[in-house]
Amino acid sequence: MTPQEEEEFKRRRKARNLVIGLVLLGFVVLFYAITIVRIGEQ
Amino acid sequence: MTAITAPNASEVDETAIAVSPVAAPITSSPVSGMIADWRDFFALTKPKVMRLVVFTALCGLLAAPGNIHPVIGFTAILCIALAAGGAGALNQWWEADIDAKMKRTAQRPLPRELMRRDDARDFGLLLSGASIMVMGLAVHWLAAGLLAFSIFFYVVIYTMWLKPRTPQNIVIGGAAGAFPPLIGWIAVTGEITLMPVLLFAIIFMWTPPHFWALALWVKPDYAAANIPMMPNAAGEVSTRRQSLVYSVLLLPLSLSPWFIGETGAIYGISALVLSTIFLALTVPVGLRRAVENDPMKPEKKLFAFSILYLFVLFGALVLDRVVANMGIFA
Repeated sequence: MTPQEEEEFKRRRKARNLVIGLVLLGFVVLFYAITIVRIGEQ
Repeated sequence: MTAITAPNASEVDETAIAVSPVAAPITSSPVSGMIADWRDFFALTKPKVMRLVVFTALCGLLAAPGNIHPVIGFTAILCIALAAGGAGALNQWWEADIDAKMKRTAQRPLPRELMRRDDARDFGLLLSGASIMVMGLAVHWLAAGLLAFSIFFYVVIYTMWLKPRTPQNIVIGGAAGAFPPLIGWIAVTGEITLMPVLLFAIIFMWTPPHFWALALWVKPDYAAANIPMMPNAAGEVSTRRQSLVYSVLLLPLSLSPWFIGETGAIYGISALVLSTIFLALTVPVGLRRAVENDPMKPEKKLFAFSILYLFVLFGALVLDRVVANMGIFA
């Protein structure tokens, strides 16, 4: 891997990690909201 | 088709162009040490196809009688979108070899070897499994069951089995794209009644003339690819006549929710006008024969209108329900 490719590799890995983190955070918020709604219905 | 990933508009790309009757997946593509960009995974979900899926599902959900908490409603639509994305990824995983040989689909992540083929499969399975589980746990298990069936229908029944084998592929496979409003509706009501089945039937009946309008003008591609689409397998004349038959049947079917009293005049008049225009645009397509170097204008016009048709029809359904709930015409 050339230095440029290695740079690109790191950039992509960072971006992927960021997106995965945001998606997981979104699901945490969603599941919390679902739980609150379901508890409120009972 | 939804699910959920309907063999619809943007599905043109998907329907692709095979060189062998069945595209058997290989385990993985040789790629350099570079990892795939997150945008490549996003592209696997066929975001363009997803728009119509999400819209019709949302309309089914909003038009259904009863109440659903906005958080649960949002979850249901999210699950349907994720399922569509998962089915789209599995479709591309299976058809990577075919896509590589087609001009229109050669720029996709798998043909360009931007990611491992197994990663695409795993991504598709993850999205599909997660969407079904969340739908079941948070919304309704009947909706989750239908969601699972629609993914199975699109990936296995349509992509793997019907598409390379029969010219009726798009007719039967069209059912996959007809599931979203049905699932959206059931997410609210929790039961299958006549109305959501009619919504399913409307999209089912709409799919052949919509898709064949396109297939007629990309016929050479399908011929080169050995995919038995109707224009190639049964001939142009037969395809045109069949499109006309489906459009004729679509007219009363689209009006049926009004006839049985499930909707009001807003939907009824919209359906009448839209389906009449749809039929009027199908008549020239159904009766003409293309000449050499034909620009295929009637077919292109019908295809473009067919997409608008579905958006406006389902939009009218929601508007009708909103107006009824507000008691404006009561």
